[in-house]
Amino acid sequence: METVIQTKQLTKKFGDFTAVNEITFEVFAGEIFGFLGANGAGKTTAMKILCGLLKPTSGQATVAGFDIYKQPEQIKRSIGYMSQKFSLYEDLTVYENIRFYAGIYGLRSKQIKEKSEELLERLNLQDYKKKLVAELPLGWKQKLSFSVAIIHQPRIVFLDEPTGGVDPVTRRQFWDLIYEASSKGMTIFVTTHYMDEAEYCNRVSMMVDGAIEALDTPSELKRIYKANSMDEVFQELARKAVRTAD
Amino acid sequence: MNPVIAEHLFKTYNKGVVTAVNDVSFEVEKGELFGLIGPDGAGKTSIFRILTTLLLPDGGNAFVDGFDVVKDYKAIRERVGYMPGRFSLYQDLTVEENLNFFATVFGTSIKENYELIKDIYIQIEPFKNRRAGKLSGGMKQKLALCCALIHRPSVLFLDEPTTGVDAVSRKEFWEMLKRLKQQGITILVSTPYMDEATLCDRIALLQSGKILSINTPEKIVESYPSKLYAVKAKSMYELLKDLRIYTNTESCFAFGDSAHLRFKKEEGNVEADVLSYLQFKSHSQLTITEIKPGIEDCFIQLLSN
Repeated sequence: METVIQTKQLTKKFGDFTAVNEITFEVFAGEIFGFLGANGAGKTTAMKILCGLLKPTSGQATVAGFDIYKQPEQIKRSIGYMSQKFSLYEDLTVYENIRFYAGIYGLRSKQIKEKSEELLERLNLQDYKKKLVAELPLGWKQKLSFSVAIIHQPRIVFLDEPTGGVDPVTRRQFWDLIYEASSKGMTIFVTTHYMDEAEYCNRVSMMVDGAIEALDTPSELKRIYKANSMDEVFQELARKAVRTAD
Repeated sequence: MNPVIAEHLFKTYNKGVVTAVNDVSFEVEKGELFGLIGPDGAGKTSIFRILTTLLLPDGGNAFVDGFDVVKDYKAIRERVGYMPGRFSLYQDLTVEENLNFFATVFGTSIKENYELIKDIYIQIEPFKNRRAGKLSGGMKQKLALCCALIHRPSVLFLDEPTTGVDAVSRKEFWEMLKRLKQQGITILVSTPYMDEATLCDRIALLQSGKILSINTPEKIVESYPSKLYAVKAKSMYELLKDLRIYTNTESCFAFGDSAHLRFKKEEGNVEADVLSYLQFKSHSQLTITEIKPGIEDCFIQLLSN
């Protein structure tokens, strides 16, 4: 299996606080990798490092084959990123958002035109092309936001709590998009507070107090921790945390 | 008279373009823990704001503790506790200053009602000199709850207290609510997390401003209209795709490590039939079991009506 993310003893300290503590793991091409942990366990910091936005204090990591110290710009071009908090421009139209992101990711005018038509059709948004994003229901925004995050067909897409707040049907439709992208070979790196979504992942890591406490397939984790669900696994592991959340 | 009564509430925004609350009626009994369950945009916050007298309804009536939310708004404000979805304490006051402030506004003191908040407050007391803005998410949540409780309200309104909070802290928060309920406080809480529904005495499932169903969690589950099956296979994505195009499939949704399936017709050996179909589609590690639906299954089923 081809490795697309590799870290070795990756560490980030803020003063005397160790946010990320010697994490070592690998993520493979086409994998849906769940990156779990309680609030304050260090997920966001680790994710920022992997996206080339933050320099680690020590340790090594490569993302899409690029070194996080020397090639952060190449990393940024090879990944997609979506979070619920930061995604689309509300006061731009659907089409303007697509064009903006495609442009940022370096697509040429001709490609942008083709890609946006294809995307609008796939999401059934043709009639909403000229509508402001602010007017779309949350579930549609999330689907659009995911689609623009992968418009440049990155090797890896990072999803930071992508499905908060939507109804259970819309949340599952979003996961259909994730499965589809993964079946085409894209690697999905996802954080979530919904423990049933942890079960949809191929493998899951659990961060506790900055370190990776467990990493395996959901079924193996449930076997090891004698749990019936990923929620029970999470409760068991996260309760080990010593430091205060957030 | 029940402490919370909503009668045919309506609320629209943007000059009637958006209907946020559409003919909502329910009552909360004394000492009850009542949950409004629904996604963003279901109307939860609008209902809370109407009941806490912060928003005027376009139609309908509502009463809290016997007082009319429009006419007697001042009386209501004195006797309810409200924790809005967004953190709304003073970020540049310390933990203790915030609590003191709220106690003073309501004409009481921390000392007077310390017993009520003790369980929760001792967890943040070590940080009482820290500014609220510098607290972690979990601690902010606890402080906000203390501030909403400090005047011993008769009804406590909690608008999405657990949104964005991790699974462990969510569990702790619900344990705190259970203890408050034992002290006789009526609690109205909203949440987008379906798994929290079972922790309430009664719930209203909300979508697009309308109540889909209102009952105890057990009764809602019992009223599920058909049998439900959990199907497992090695490849979830392929399984979902194939089940969705199966002729006898009424609905099929991913649920954790299995797909929850309802059949159109329950005739003959439906389980064996779907298994042989899936085997034909080259699935492996197949299992099918009849299961009891959860609240989320019920919500999905009600949405499809």
